[in-house]
Parts: sequence; C-alpha cells; structure tokens
Amino acid sequence: MANIIGAVTTSHIPAIANAMANGLEQTPYWKPFFDAYPPVRDWLNEKKPDVIILFYNDHGLEFFIDKKPTFAIGVADEYHNADEGWGIPTIPPVTGESDLSWHIANSIVDEGFDMTICQEMKVDHGLTVPLNLMWPGHQYGHVKVIPVCINCEQYPMAQPWRTYALGQAIGRAVQSYEKDINVVVFGTGGMSHQLDGERAGFINRAFDIDCLDKLVNDPEALTKYTNIDLVEQGGAQAVELNMHIAMRGTLLGKVTELHRNYHAPISNTGSGLMLLEHEMPES
Amino acid sequence: MASNYTDRQFQGTYLFDGQMAKKGYGLNKMCYTFNEQVARDEFNTDPNAYCDKFKLSAAQKDAIHNKDIIALLREGGSIYYLAKFAGLLKLNMQDIGGLQTGMSTDEFKAMLEKNGRGEI
Repeated sequence: MANIIGAVTTSHIPAIANAMANGLEQTPYWKPFFDAYPPVRDWLNEKKPDVIILFYNDHGLEFFIDKKPTFAIGVADEYHNADEGWGIPTIPPVTGESDLSWHIANSIVDEGFDMTICQEMKVDHGLTVPLNLMWPGHQYGHVKVIPVCINCEQYPMAQPWRTYALGQAIGRAVQSYEKDINVVVFGTGGMSHQLDGERAGFINRAFDIDCLDKLVNDPEALTKYTNIDLVEQGGAQAVELNMHIAMRGTLLGKVTELHRNYHAPISNTGSGLMLLEHEMPES
Repeated sequence: MASNYTDRQFQGTYLFDGQMAKKGYGLNKMCYTFNEQVARDEFNTDPNAYCDKFKLSAAQKDAIHNKDIIALLREGGSIYYLAKFAGLLKLNMQDIGGLQTGMSTDEFKAMLEKNGRGEI
C-alpha cells in the first residue's frame, strides 16, 4: 500500500531561483531563508520518498485565461520547464509518475473533483523552485513528481474548504494504491503577500504564523476562511495558502511538526517552511 | 445576480474576476506571449503595432506606453501577465511595487522589511 509519510510547506517565488543561480544563499538578505532548509533536505534524503505530490499554481506558463482549469493534475512521465519571460533560468525536466497519477485522477474524479487531466504540462517556478530548494543543483531527477495545479489567479477560484477536501480525496486515493511506495506532499507558495495595486507590499506576519499553527493543529479552522477573507488578512496573493491547505488535507493521521521557519520578507512575501509527519491510525 | 465576483472591496486591490478578465483579455493575451523571446523582440521593435495586433484599447495602449501598472490593473491586467511585461522592461517585483505605491524601489523594500517584522 502507498503511504504518505510526510509533508512540506515552502515558498516558491522566482527570486529564490535567481538567488540560487547566482550563488547568493549566504548573503545577509538570503541567509535566514536558506539556512532553514538543510533539516528538511536531510529528512528527505533519509526517507527517500518515491513520489512527491506537489500542489502549486501556474503563473501564466502552461495556462492562460483562454482556458483556466480550477484544478488540474499531471499524468505524464516527464514535465518541462520553459522561459517564463523574466529571466529565471530554465531548468532540466522533472520526472513524473504516470501510474499513480492516473490512479489518483480516477479516484478523485469519482469522488466528485472534476479535474483537468494533463498529459502535457509545462511547469513553472511554482513547481520547479521547491524541487530545486529541496535538491539543490537540479538533483531532483530521481524523485517522481505529480503536479496538482490550483487556480489562484482568476475568480471564481476554489474556496479553502474545497481545496482541503481535494487534499483529503488525494490522501484517500494514495492510501488505496496497491504498490508499496512512499509519498511526500508539498504545499507551495504563499504566505501573505500582495503584488498588485496601491496595497502592494502588504505582509501580515501575525496572520502567517497563526496559519502555520493552524496547519499543524487545527486545519479545519482554515477551511472557514473564504478566499476573500484571505485577501483581507494576507493580501491579494495570500490565496496561495490554498496549496498549503490542500497539502494538509492529504494528512489523514495524527500530525507532528518536525521543523519550522518563518521569514519575511523574501521578495514581497512571507515565507513559511514546515516539515510535518503524520501517523496513520492502526487499521 | 451581480456579475462581479464579490461586493467586498479592499483599497488598493483589484480582484481579477470575470469582468476584469473580459476587459483585459487582449492585454493579458499580449503579455502572455512575452514568455517567448521572439514576442519580446517583436514588441520592442514596434510596441504600438504589437499592441494593435492584440486589439488593445486606447487606454490600455496609453498605460503600456506610460508603464502605468495601476492603469493596467484598472484596464483588466492580471498581475501574473503584467509581471511578464515588467520582466520585458527589466523591472523586478520591488520596482513594480514602488511604481504602484509612489515609492522608490528602496523605499518599497524598506516597507517590506518593516511589514515583514510585523511593524504594521
């Protein structure tokens, strides 16, 4: 049986890719951010997950608003990055996991999540930055990635209660997969930030820390927020918290927090790094 | 039923709903092409002609010409595609933040630091 053995929240902002490409990790600006990652990398290298299910949002690389899926899942054996227009380096292909992807798609569509199913899907910084953060130097080729893309751009967008339920459905789908493989789930993006408008630069540290607490101990409380509540509390792009909420939904057992770092600002955002494990009840 | 997504408004915030997505479709479609170097080159060669190719309104063309991010948001621009326009101009998100808030980039960065420390 497949098992979700843990989960990670991490920022995915493009400036991180530039910082890594230019070797700026130990400069005063970046050090407090990057110094938090080795414990998570060590855990991943020790646990050696076979598969990463990665919740992210596309920022206009694969999807345009001509057709904008609310939820999309990749089912390919390989995904490619491409030029995003503003100069972050394009990185090597990402390995996929077609069999488990299709199993998840079959299972969650039957549960009522009407996914867009993608055999080709260019993946942008939302997916590539977290992988390169965890396996620097683009050393992520050995791990198989299942991209789950959530619309965080155009309203209407799925509400937190719904993204949490999506995560739960994915958690059940993994549990019902017959092969013995270990899965880790990444919730990427966020936390509080606003890029656009005269309110640009808004960050809410207290709100972010409260969200990290609730992601561990009281995820149901986060599902009470609407997306518009998230905008009010965390800025226009705080709707990216939906990826963290979806991640938390996949953890069906008792959750333990192993590591946490909150740092703000990185670029325009509050950045939350957490490593969670969960313990399934004996069946 | 109202066609706007929500009646909750936040000062200095432009929610990208159906009304805005419709209004800004051509503008965003143009900016989406800036993923490709060939499109960036074509825009740089003749910005007006490139805007016309995507049927931008006069207000949208003015805003592109003036690099007026707030006007572009009001005219239906989505920040994800406007970020690609910013990239074409070699501006980063702190430069864009400064432009939108009437600050220099350094002043905007200082505000981010202050907000990041929780000194709101």
